[in-house]
Amino acid sequence: MNLHTQNTLTEAETALVNGYSSRFSDLPGDADVTVRRDEALELLKQGLPTRRVEAWHYTDLRRLLSVVPDFKPVANAEAVAPLIENALILPVLNGASHGRPAGPEGLTVATLADKLQEGALSAEWLTPSDRFDAVGAINAAFVSDGYWLNIAEGAELDRPVELQNIHAGGQVHGRFVVNAAAGSKATIIERQTGVGDALASSVTHLDVADGAHVFWILLQEQPDDAAYLGQFTASLGKDASLTLFILNSGGRLVRQEVKVAARGEGSEFRLRGVNLLGGETHCDVTMVLDHLAPDTVSTETFRNVVTGKANGVFQGQIRVAKVAQKTDAKMACNTLLLSDDGGFSSKPELEIFADDVACGHGATVTDIEKEHLFYLMARGIDEKTARGLLVKAFVAEVIEELEDETVIEALEARLVDWFAEHG
Amino acid sequence: MLEIKNLHARIAEDGTEIIRGLNLSVKAGEVAAIMGPNGSGKSTLSYILAGRDDYEVTEGEILYNGESILEMDPAERAAAGIFLAFQYPLEIPGVATMEFLKTAINAQRKARGEEELKIPEMLKRVRAAADELEMSMDMLKRPLNVGFSGGEKKRAEILQMKLLEPKLCVLDETDSGLDIDALKIVADGVNALRSPDRAVLVITHYQRLLDYIVPDTVHVLYRGQVIKSGDKDLALELEKNGYAGVIDAAA
Repeated sequence: MNLHTQNTLTEAETALVNGYSSRFSDLPGDADVTVRRDEALELLKQGLPTRRVEAWHYTDLRRLLSVVPDFKPVANAEAVAPLIENALILPVLNGASHGRPAGPEGLTVATLADKLQEGALSAEWLTPSDRFDAVGAINAAFVSDGYWLNIAEGAELDRPVELQNIHAGGQVHGRFVVNAAAGSKATIIERQTGVGDALASSVTHLDVADGAHVFWILLQEQPDDAAYLGQFTASLGKDASLTLFILNSGGRLVRQEVKVAARGEGSEFRLRGVNLLGGETHCDVTMVLDHLAPDTVSTETFRNVVTGKANGVFQGQIRVAKVAQKTDAKMACNTLLLSDDGGFSSKPELEIFADDVACGHGATVTDIEKEHLFYLMARGIDEKTARGLLVKAFVAEVIEELEDETVIEALEARLVDWFAEHG
Repeated sequence: MLEIKNLHARIAEDGTEIIRGLNLSVKAGEVAAIMGPNGSGKSTLSYILAGRDDYEVTEGEILYNGESILEMDPAERAAAGIFLAFQYPLEIPGVATMEFLKTAINAQRKARGEEELKIPEMLKRVRAAADELEMSMDMLKRPLNVGFSGGEKKRAEILQMKLLEPKLCVLDETDSGLDIDALKIVADGVNALRSPDRAVLVITHYQRLLDYIVPDTVHVLYRGQVIKSGDKDLALELEKNGYAGVIDAAA
């Protein structure tokens, strides 16, 4: 996978390659799936990507993921309380799905293990997108389970669905496949968390068909010693819309990839993200967005708070195809850097082949505004509390523009929790 | 209540001296007006009283109820009862006005060893104060000062002052940007706060505000010093003859 031939594999690479032969017999899948798994492993044998690979320039995976834990979990994993009280919980615990509870009307649920076994999934989904697609490759080789969801045509789910990928140490590799059929509407929450030293990978395929609307909330709250590799892939049909909200607040090493294709005319993608980075975390969000049809709209806003020795990365690539006239794309990445030992790298990229488009991007790195701090303190609010209010305000702006009051309140509660611990 | 003695202060960043030997004394119950031409140091004085660290006091003393406040940070001064109504109140996106009021009121109560106010009592007080200033509660649901007009921001300052019940109120150019109706409402708000145990320092460029908030004393500030003091007639004289006469007489 590396640009240069690796003579020796790292401890992590060796563990993954060797782990495959011992794990293989336990992994679900028909013959076709097996072929894809083998192919993914061949990529891993070439070594993980380093900073010499452009897409991994700020996250040298080979160096940052030099060791991986054993595959076996350390303890039993348990489902966590849902973000929204009435949500249907679909838990994947230590890599195994647990039950298929009856959901809201219009929703069909199957386990991913069954789908892999039946060969019912498009096997291409297990093919890494290119030779540097380390997240796709690791997940394809080792994916054990997950959920497959279908939201029926025209159905509007009356309560949210919460997908949980929970570990108790060790390695978990899960996958979610969600089809939102034409004209359907759903709110889906994805939780990535656990307890202890782990390597967790998760790949999501979301298809938002013509006129469907999906609100997806991804909460990545890994423990401080876990490595998390995520890949979220979505395709939008005609007049479809997707709002993806990402909260990253944990993990030692985090790579969250977002790959969205606005395929249908008039489709709209909104990405909103908050990265709360503390301790020694390294958190990388890498987005590739393709505008492939006319009149598509996208906006991407990230707000980052960096404390301690944390490091953040946002790579946002927007590609506008020649046919995608009247594309309107706006990207912004604002960082509040509260520590001299922390850092944030932001890399916007626009590739525009159409001639009638409006595309813009901006990135800022700031400290708390002194004048704001003075104003709050002049009203008797002590410095620590005033700083806390301002930092919270900085990220809350992104949350408050979401449409669902219940979601806003639930997310703001997570902010309060994080600041109580790291503020 | 407030005793400023031979105060010298400069801009911390570049060392420019703004306040050059200022003396001023304000008693409890007194409304004192500070007037002066642009650049005389009026706003600087208000910031120094509130504790903004862009300014450095190099000499002299500020005593509040007999104690020096120079070592206190802005929050400590506020909790002690000093309130600055800003000339340009800041917009703070993401901080809801109600949450801000609640945090400020309870922070001050806590610092004074008083019990925190519960939400219903808080709402009641905010509603009553907002009513008097003809402010809608909808405005208070917005982020602090964001999208407020100039007049609304000034009213919001007075609203905070009413709720925080300070002992020393410093009003920095509260009349700027106000139309006559808003000016009356704001002045009524300030007048309602006049009491024997409270002092008000009204900093203004024009006499107009002093028609509505009638001062007990008037002090002319020029080049960082009080060059003349008098009663409310001094303000009228300044309005008629401008600052030049007073400045020439002091030179």
